[in-house]
Amino acid sequence: MADGPDGSLELAARPRDAELEALEVELLLEAIYRRYSFDFREYAVGSLRRRLWRRVQEEGLETISALQDRVLHDPSAMDRLLRDLSVNVTSMFRDPTFYRSFRDNVVPHLRTYPFIRIWNAGCSTGEETYSVAIVLHEAGLLERVRLYGTDVNARVVQRARAGTLPGERLESYDEAYRQAGGTAGLLDYFDTDRDGCTLRPELARNIVFAQHNLVSDRSFNEFHVVMCRNVMIYFGRTLQDRVHSLLHESLANFGVLALGRKESIRFTRHERCYEDLDGREKLYRKVC
Amino acid sequence: MRVDLVVVGASWGGLHAVSTLLRGLPADFDAAVAVAQHRGVQAPDLLVGSLQAATALPVQEAEDKDPIEPGRVYLAPADYHLLVAPTGFELSVDERVQHARPSIDVLFESAAEVYRERVLGVLLTGANSDGTAGLARIRAEGGTTLVQHPATAASRRMPEAAIAAGVADAVVALDDLARALAEVCRTGRRLAPRGAA
Repeated sequence: MADGPDGSLELAARPRDAELEALEVELLLEAIYRRYSFDFREYAVGSLRRRLWRRVQEEGLETISALQDRVLHDPSAMDRLLRDLSVNVTSMFRDPTFYRSFRDNVVPHLRTYPFIRIWNAGCSTGEETYSVAIVLHEAGLLERVRLYGTDVNARVVQRARAGTLPGERLESYDEAYRQAGGTAGLLDYFDTDRDGCTLRPELARNIVFAQHNLVSDRSFNEFHVVMCRNVMIYFGRTLQDRVHSLLHESLANFGVLALGRKESIRFTRHERCYEDLDGREKLYRKVC
Repeated sequence: MRVDLVVVGASWGGLHAVSTLLRGLPADFDAAVAVAQHRGVQAPDLLVGSLQAATALPVQEAEDKDPIEPGRVYLAPADYHLLVAPTGFELSVDERVQHARPSIDVLFESAAEVYRERVLGVLLTGANSDGTAGLARIRAEGGTTLVQHPATAASRRMPEAAIAAGVADAVVALDDLARALAEVCRTGRRLAPRGAA
């Protein structure tokens, strides 16, 4: 059989014992929880398994149990695995129509409050939080807003706080920004120097980035908007229900919940606590 | 062994190929169909409508944790990977795999791991080599693989990569694919004895 340069085909063609693999995954997650207190036991298995196998390969190992041996005895291997399991890809103005709807449907509602608290749960490196800050700035509301961006991963929180992006990356977001209804130029909101482009202080001023674990930490305030987009897709149903409880509890009455484009409040335990604000863009209003 | 899930991968030229394939399926087709079609991030969600026009089977973009039901066609949403899990579909926004999200390999490999010999993988037209590793995985777990004949593909590269790697159980012209697929699903028979690939 012909093979790719990285041997991926050879690996793909090897049959696996699914039952044994499921057992190995379960034991690994239990071991990680008991040794390091990180709880991935209720994560969605598809993506989790893919990420675990990638780490197995990159560590030069053969099996999930071998990975368990390594992470238990070598905390730096645990660190690498943690990075694999907790970093999510993000971008500014992902799904431009979402931000357009936020501008049209959420902003008018927010204008009625003298002070506005917004929580961006699972903010990763901050691009989503910056995007919301820009929308609020252009609506003339940012002065009245405290925007909280949280993520389970301390490293990405640090990067979000620094607010610095490579220039070429920022330029690649410009089209999405315009499609989202942006009225200026995206680069206008960043100061450029040798290290890259940094979010301007007047936008960063009202943003607080902090570490928070949706799986194990409690709610920390009451918010008018909670955004949690493409985070719970990595969780299994049971964990999703628990996190939905946390988000529900964190929302003020008539507060707005924002989910990812292909996530739904349908079939969750809290389905009846929300009505559609814009069902297509997954914007929901808490009604009970 | 019956086929419960058909996974279809397509890239450049895929709209015509996937439509042709769906058009040829019987109205009482009773396996689930999951399609990973490469497409632009900014493209509006017109693909569901175009594919729905070709078939009586209901077509929908998969949402996170949707159950996998027979006789329905599920489409990987733009800019998400679509994965098969024991409880239903999963979505992820993990890095692109071979520059693609959705990745055909991600769909095929996860399908193979859950449905094993009850999965049929179909690789269509495309200008890259996504899907080859996925088909290898499907075969390794005892599933069946069909590849569109390169001469009938808008772009030959993707089918040719799979054929060169020896992971195609059968190479079939586009117009005959639906029939071959339905035949495998109905009889549960492999298309040809497995040689040393």
